[in-house]
Amino acid sequence: MPDDLNWAIGGEAGDGIDSTGKIFAQALSRAGRHVFTSKDFASRIRGGYTAYKIRSATDRVESVVDRLDILVALTERTIEENLDELHDDSVIIYDGERTEMQDVDIPGEMTGLSVPLQRLAEEAGGAIMQNIVALGAACEVTNFPIENLDSALEKKFGAKGESIVENNKEAARKGQEFVAEEFDHEFDYDLDTTDNDYVLLNGDEAIGMGAIAAGCRFYAGYPITPATDVMEYLTGRIEQFGGEVVQAEDELSAINMALGAARAGARSMTATSGPGIDLMTETFGLVATSETPLVIADVMRSGPSTGMPTKQEQGDLNMTLYGGHGEIPRFVVAPTNVGECFQKTVEAFNLAEKYQTPVFLLADLSMAVTEQTFEPEVFDMDAVEIDRGKIVDDDEVEAWTDERDRFQPHFPTADGISPRALPGTENAAHMSTGLEHNSLGRRTEDTDVRIEQVDKRNRKVETAQEEEDWSPREFGNPDSDNLVISWGSNEGAMREALDFLEEDDIDVRFLSVPYIFPRPDLSDDIEAADEVIVVECNETGQFADVLEHDALTRVKRVNKYNGVRFKADELADEIKQKLQSEEVKA
Amino acid sequence: MSSDVRFTDFKSDKQPTWCPGCGDFGTMNGMMKALANTGNDPDNTFVVAGIGCSGKIGTYMHSYALHGVHGRALPVGTGVKLANPDLEVMVAGGDGDGYSIGAGHFIHAVRRNVDMTYVVMDNRIYGLTKGQASPTSREDFETSTTPEGPKQPPVNPLALALSAGGSFIAQSFSTDAQRHTEIVQKAIEHDGFGFVNVFSPCVTFNDVDTYDYFRDSIVDLDETDHDPTDREAAKTKILDADKEYQGVLYQNEESVPYSDLHGLDSNMAEIPDGAPEGAMDLVREFY
Repeated sequence: MPDDLNWAIGGEAGDGIDSTGKIFAQALSRAGRHVFTSKDFASRIRGGYTAYKIRSATDRVESVVDRLDILVALTERTIEENLDELHDDSVIIYDGERTEMQDVDIPGEMTGLSVPLQRLAEEAGGAIMQNIVALGAACEVTNFPIENLDSALEKKFGAKGESIVENNKEAARKGQEFVAEEFDHEFDYDLDTTDNDYVLLNGDEAIGMGAIAAGCRFYAGYPITPATDVMEYLTGRIEQFGGEVVQAEDELSAINMALGAARAGARSMTATSGPGIDLMTETFGLVATSETPLVIADVMRSGPSTGMPTKQEQGDLNMTLYGGHGEIPRFVVAPTNVGECFQKTVEAFNLAEKYQTPVFLLADLSMAVTEQTFEPEVFDMDAVEIDRGKIVDDDEVEAWTDERDRFQPHFPTADGISPRALPGTENAAHMSTGLEHNSLGRRTEDTDVRIEQVDKRNRKVETAQEEEDWSPREFGNPDSDNLVISWGSNEGAMREALDFLEEDDIDVRFLSVPYIFPRPDLSDDIEAADEVIVVECNETGQFADVLEHDALTRVKRVNKYNGVRFKADELADEIKQKLQSEEVKA
Repeated sequence: MSSDVRFTDFKSDKQPTWCPGCGDFGTMNGMMKALANTGNDPDNTFVVAGIGCSGKIGTYMHSYALHGVHGRALPVGTGVKLANPDLEVMVAGGDGDGYSIGAGHFIHAVRRNVDMTYVVMDNRIYGLTKGQASPTSREDFETSTTPEGPKQPPVNPLALALSAGGSFIAQSFSTDAQRHTEIVQKAIEHDGFGFVNVFSPCVTFNDVDTYDYFRDSIVDLDETDHDPTDREAAKTKILDADKEYQGVLYQNEESVPYSDLHGLDSNMAEIPDGAPEGAMDLVREFY
């Protein structure tokens, strides 16, 4: 039996599905196993169905697949929702003593284990622990050392006191023993453990951690799914480093507070999702034209309008690339996995300050709210470098004053980057404005100055294009004639899809692009390939459009917009079909 | 902070383009005097302005300043002050900026009680767009967009501030230089959000709320027995629609500003060259 385990717990919202799933993920991670999680919400049936899914292996896992081996079903609906992924060898753990579960039909050849979750939990100290009983049962089925679960329970409940921890351990053992004693069944799972240390976190947490590492001290935001985790992560932590989280009255306020803090010299950010970006776009042009360094994270969800707030989509690329009236210089950086969420956040703060330009950090729901394991070295604090750009001190001000000793915060330098004096700097008091302005920051409609300032701001982007590394991440066979390009969180599924394709003797070169603007020039790569396929979670192919424009050619597209992330096996099939098809959609 | 700062140090070399006689001249002069009187200088002062005639103030004053988007000056000021508590933050705007497009921010800024000063140049008209009704225009005030008057009661900004838990609520008249300066100065000195609504007449588009009107109708609270620490007394006066008061309507002497409540006392601009000390603990949490 494979070491690769696909496990899930599902039930109604409010059943503690998320926290239970996370405890099991933690147990697997503490056992030195890699974990990749995902969350399910109802699609076919209206109601509160929700599930937490875990894929775990000793090798690195980068994606979910269309297979479910062990399912803890708290409701009958949970089984119905997962019929497509369940198979003949699947094991379903459920509580047959619950009235509504008495007549549950276990489909096909699958094994149903009726475990009295509630009764055993009560025996251990309280019905509230019934999910933990199920985790103990899962340990027995998978032959997974329960001590790892103990360790996760200690972490989860340690702060609540010894007795709570002990009761939960007891509940887990009751589940384990019940399965061992009651079912004369050979389960083929044998989950290996390793001595490796992994950390388990999601993309929102990685963004928050990256922000603190990068010296971000001010965060203003307004709660919105799926970006709220960034704010919740920072709350209680950023204060320990002298920072502050402010919950604003709306997103209009949030971005303006963040702007204010940035004008005062703090590394400052806000995070939101599409509907919040709509509101923040009002102030976006001001951030850029006043040349204020600011990081704005957009954790994308399905749109338009309220859309599907808990569903995956990469629909905001055009919004972040083109949003706002007038022409606005900006950077758009899109991390491709949870680890990159950390690294790219650090990078975003450096870009913002070095070029005095707003940076969109474009993440998507799939990686933002689901946990994944990493080697701790991915979050290497010693490797964090801070580049604050051209901040001038009291002594340097004079070099940047005009003939009347006035400081020039928008002086048109050769590289476009002007000196920046933080408030408090002597003899550098100046204003800035959303109006077109001269080098002093004062309003002008002078035609020459207008051109000078527009060119200067755009020159910063040109300088960045030359000075920074905008390379994509490359996987697969570098000499293949088949080129697949994607952005954002599709990277994981595509990396695993490469293995599936290889089994069918299809080799592919895969470029995962973390920079939307500026972005790598892929025209030569596109031209060199016989087949080019762009993979993204939206309907129109926003990145494909951009690449076609760059390369002046047509590409094939694989798009998914039903609200669910790509699965590796499914994506491999789609790629295979596209390689065989003649059609190229404009 | 140097002690020899004069109020003219806060004046930029840019000549205001406000109409001759505009109330904003007096409002701005009082702000500059109050800043100088409280020991501030241009290098430690941050002025935030919104959009409208009032928004031009950032250009005419000499200090660190941001002239932002319409209605959002208060959130900008909040960010500046929390990021660097050493800065003196003064936010200025008009009645449209503060009580119409920015009304939501006004209420929440009052609640948040960040230690900064908010001066609203209230002329009860939209001047820069050439004379449309503002949220403080009278019900029957005829304008190009309200030919028969707005037919809705004007916003009472003082009442909004009081109901939102305002800790310093005052009103002044731009042409009464001494009192106006004094009142703004008290707002600066207040520990928390100092709010001053200033009657700042528009001589071009408002022929109702004129200098003469205010001179005739203003009641100076200093000439009454009003006790600004008495919230009930303040409420009665603020809700009295027939009177135009000048002075400090209400001041909560127990006011604790946001920064104190949240323990913010350092300049957030100062950060180490790499990840901060203790950052590895953040990673360890996820084991």
